[in-house]
Amino acid sequence: MAILELKNINHYFGGLHAVSDFSLKVEEGELIGLIGPNGAGKTTIFNLVSGFYKPTEGEIGFCGKSISGLKPHEVTGLGIARTFQNIRLWNSMTVLENLCISQHYRLGYGFVDSVLQTRRYVDKEKEVIKSAREFLEILDLKECENEYPKNLPYGLQRRLEIGRALTIRPRLLLLDEPAAGMTAGDIEQLIKLVKWIREKFKLTILLIEHQMKVVMGLCEKICVLDFGEIIAEGIPSEIKKNPRVIKAYLGEEVTVNA
Amino acid sequence: MKRYLPFILYGILCFVVIAGARSGLIDTYQQLIIMFIGINIILCSSLNLINGYMGEFSCGHAGFMAVGAYVTSILNVWLFTSSQIFGEPVLSPVAAVFLFPVTLIVGGIAAALAGLLVAIPSVRTRGDYLAIITLAVNYIVKSSIENIQVIGGARGFMGMGKVVDSMTGVLNLPWVMIWIFAFTAFCIWVLNHFVNSTYGKGIIAIRDDEIAAEIMSVDTNRMKIVAFTLSSGMAGVAGGLFAHVLGYINPGSFTIMKSTEIMVMVYLGGMGSLSGSVLSAVSFTLLMEILRPLQVYKWVLIPLLLIILMLFRPEGIMGNRELTDVFPKLRRFFPSKEL
Repeated sequence: MAILELKNINHYFGGLHAVSDFSLKVEEGELIGLIGPNGAGKTTIFNLVSGFYKPTEGEIGFCGKSISGLKPHEVTGLGIARTFQNIRLWNSMTVLENLCISQHYRLGYGFVDSVLQTRRYVDKEKEVIKSAREFLEILDLKECENEYPKNLPYGLQRRLEIGRALTIRPRLLLLDEPAAGMTAGDIEQLIKLVKWIREKFKLTILLIEHQMKVVMGLCEKICVLDFGEIIAEGIPSEIKKNPRVIKAYLGEEVTVNA
Repeated sequence: MKRYLPFILYGILCFVVIAGARSGLIDTYQQLIIMFIGINIILCSSLNLINGYMGEFSCGHAGFMAVGAYVTSILNVWLFTSSQIFGEPVLSPVAAVFLFPVTLIVGGIAAALAGLLVAIPSVRTRGDYLAIITLAVNYIVKSSIENIQVIGGARGFMGMGKVVDSMTGVLNLPWVMIWIFAFTAFCIWVLNHFVNSTYGKGIIAIRDDEIAAEIMSVDTNRMKIVAFTLSSGMAGVAGGLFAHVLGYINPGSFTIMKSTEIMVMVYLGGMGSLSGSVLSAVSFTLLMEILRPLQVYKWVLIPLLLIILMLFRPEGIMGNRELTDVFPKLRRFFPSKEL
């Protein structure tokens, strides 16, 4: 059974047909790359899956259940986590707090518990902090526990954001241009990190990326989008040679008649 | 034991002030200022939850204060005094001593419900829109009260003095002041626990980045409703206390001017700092009294001070830090629960 299934998704922004008749099946454990020129609709698809937009038409299924129409936090609670193209960390709170708040959906206590500091509050809070610390350890960010995210170097901020997504305990991870703005060295590390977390947490990953090095180095399957439509699908070596892909990226060859 | 130290210190302080008030060392004028400080602390810290911690912009806090003030006052006058409107007291006036905090809480709940009523449709909006909605609510509350003739309309509502008298008749203590001390501590205690729990930090996440909060499993709508309801409930309690300090209320006390005053205190103290709110409520109330001899010129000087503050320290007295961040040694006195 496919872990994520998008069936004939259409999405409009006013008159703009941002995603047109998009269908995709992601099997458990796959790492699929979503590429395409700017404005092709890649991030829109992420926003649709994560519940930020409701598709105009079509059905999104996760583990066999329909999730279209659910609110973002409900979708996240089911086990879909994502990162953002431009880093979105909570900058007025420490690294540790960032990793705690992302576990909001499984706190299991409410307002009254938090005010009275009941047994349940203390237990759950301990649990949340413990697991946040575990992730800090895993991500090698232990020294930055009390640092504010905005003071961290760019590469670490990216890593923290991926870590924050992992605290959700997702089954499906959506990475939106994780390598944007990174140096070659950082990219090397990122590729390693993604490979490693995929093994460790048995994740299914959907990746948007412009850096071909990352896409070719990571993905087993690539899906190319242009103007909201899939123009090619296949393994990296095929995609590289696909004339429609080349056309979408480089434009058409024009023969000039003298 | 250490955990209770702040409470013990506060208790001693309150005891000293009350003893001073009883013995006449602190005169009635000074008592009045102390009571206003307490009320302003509640108002300022509760508004800070929305405007500071959550980063929204609510400018109708006085509206919720009015709801609490009127509900508590009407209840008390109806239950404990013989008045023209309600006739004979329903309960023995003596019972006021025990039931005064209950009526205050009922007033708070009424204001919280009003807050809930505003929050549910407006959680989808943000920023400017919420500001306009709350502004409108402030006006709606004020004009509604003005037009309900039974409770005095624009002339105002009185009789709370008799309630206070019957309380002092039972035991000669400054009861209103005692309850102001109690509720001030209670509100700070609630807010402090709330914003320091991972649950409550969800609202700080909304301020920092709402989209990230939503995607990272924070139920933003729910958190906004919780924060808004809590904040307006506290404003209601403050309103009830305010009504009993003065013994008389009229809709003119709860205009947009009052809301602005509370907002000024929030920005003066620092958005997202409870100790900042306390400090600014104290200093703002005192400043208003010190400048009283200037009469009208006070309203030239205070805005001027505000402009100077915004130019040289836009984040307010404390920014978003707490006193314990600035003076880490204070942590010995305010140890947090070990986690």
